[in-house]
Amino acid sequence: MIGMPTKKGTPIVLLKENGTRIDGRKPDEIRPLKISVGVLRNADGSAFIELGRNKIIVAVYGPREVHPRHLALPDRAIIRCRYHMAPFSVPERKSPAPSRREIELSKVIREALAPAIFLEKFPRTTIDIFIEVLQADGSTRVASITAASVALADAGIPMKDLVAAVAVGKVDSQLILDLNHYEDQYGEGDMPIAMMPSLGEITLLQADGIFTPSEVRAALDMAKMGIEKIYNVQKEALRKKYSSLLFR
Amino acid sequence: MSAPEKIIPTVKKNTILLMLEKGERLDGRKLDEIRKIKIETDVIGNAEGSAIVHLGNTIVIAGVKLNIVTPYADTPNQGVQIVNAELIPLASPVFEPGPPGEDDVELSRVIDRALRSVKAIDLDKLVIIPGKKVWAVYIDIYALNHSGNLIDASMLASIAALLTAKKPKIELVNDQIKKLDEREKLPITDIPVTVTFAKIGDKLVVDPEYEEELIMDARLTFGITSNGNICALQKGLCGTFKPSLILEALEIARKVADEYRNYIKSFIQI
Repeated sequence: MIGMPTKKGTPIVLLKENGTRIDGRKPDEIRPLKISVGVLRNADGSAFIELGRNKIIVAVYGPREVHPRHLALPDRAIIRCRYHMAPFSVPERKSPAPSRREIELSKVIREALAPAIFLEKFPRTTIDIFIEVLQADGSTRVASITAASVALADAGIPMKDLVAAVAVGKVDSQLILDLNHYEDQYGEGDMPIAMMPSLGEITLLQADGIFTPSEVRAALDMAKMGIEKIYNVQKEALRKKYSSLLFR
Repeated sequence: MSAPEKIIPTVKKNTILLMLEKGERLDGRKLDEIRKIKIETDVIGNAEGSAIVHLGNTIVIAGVKLNIVTPYADTPNQGVQIVNAELIPLASPVFEPGPPGEDDVELSRVIDRALRSVKAIDLDKLVIIPGKKVWAVYIDIYALNHSGNLIDASMLASIAALLTAKKPKIELVNDQIKKLDEREKLPITDIPVTVTFAKIGDKLVVDPEYEEELIMDARLTFGITSNGNICALQKGLCGTFKPSLILEALEIARKVADEYRNYIKSFIQI
């Protein structure tokens, strides 16, 4: 499953003639996915996700008092979200200072999770979501959303649904599901999608690269399929923790 | 975090919602109708390219500056494209001074992606000495009056400024770069535009006015290339979309994109 290293400048084959991908997957296959719940003692909720070589840890604190106070809303909770990549998470060391990319991703991740949360149940409070990408291997924003949603549930925050997310990519004019680092870096497009699977509502949609209208349609279908699988892993991870508590 | 709560009177909000039910909007537009557009180019003599776009009462200025720089290590044979946007307090009482916030960053990155995905600026043609010297194209966007839909206005201003920008020709003498007085157009290969919708309840309105933005549940932006493909997507705010609504919006967006492009062509000789 580990991606092969490539020298800069050498062309790499993302899609082999037999239709398999650089890591041996089929076009519509997601990478091995593992989610662990409640991995941090101090946080109200937490989750650790491994998607392929991605390793991302998420902590949720709250609902808790807002500081500074003027940010608090009288009728609902606010959500604050920080997506951050550790300097050692990528091949070339990344500056620890938040980049423009991280600022944008913190915003879109927050907006992807917010629709699922009953914010009006917790006026004047904040729900803080902290995401640390420890190792990045493509599709980090969607893996972060998947994990953050589980961490929110672990914090006992009432939600309409979990939010599960996946990226659809494009290599050699073919759509692929759950793109890895190489497919992200050298592919033709990236369309991260997050959904509340039971409600069938999309909470995050972005894209770069070129997609035809019919590819957009196909990408939404493909994402839905991947998201169902991820949703099952999320539910299983939560069940695993809480079923053991039930009979204590 | 975002700016303090922006407030709209309940009466006005209800009016907008009631009118939407009948397929009408406050300013008399249809749901899929864009506002009148005016584009002025070459407004800043010191910039290599510039444009002021009026989209209804929204005004945005974009300037293009060119510099000779060392290319990025991972793209030694490509020019550099940098988009920056600032929502300055001059443009609206809801904008605050200070370093660019997440709204500014999101705006500039959406414009950047739309341009980059379709290779609107042919960066391969902006190499002077491979691996050593390339042109950097800086696109700086400033909101001047915020009356809704800054994304589409910014995209129009950016592409208008790029289409009219003039780059000095250069001469290489023993690897020394000499800028000539003679000027040429930038290598622009496509005219991408963005089409932004506000989702209010279950209705979609194109090119939202400021009041519509205040009550929208979600925002959806499509970057559309000259031949109708999608070169950027960006959902904003905390609302959600059914997949079918996105596909519906996409079809409208492709039509609206042509209207935007016709405006560009009516103001600029391409």
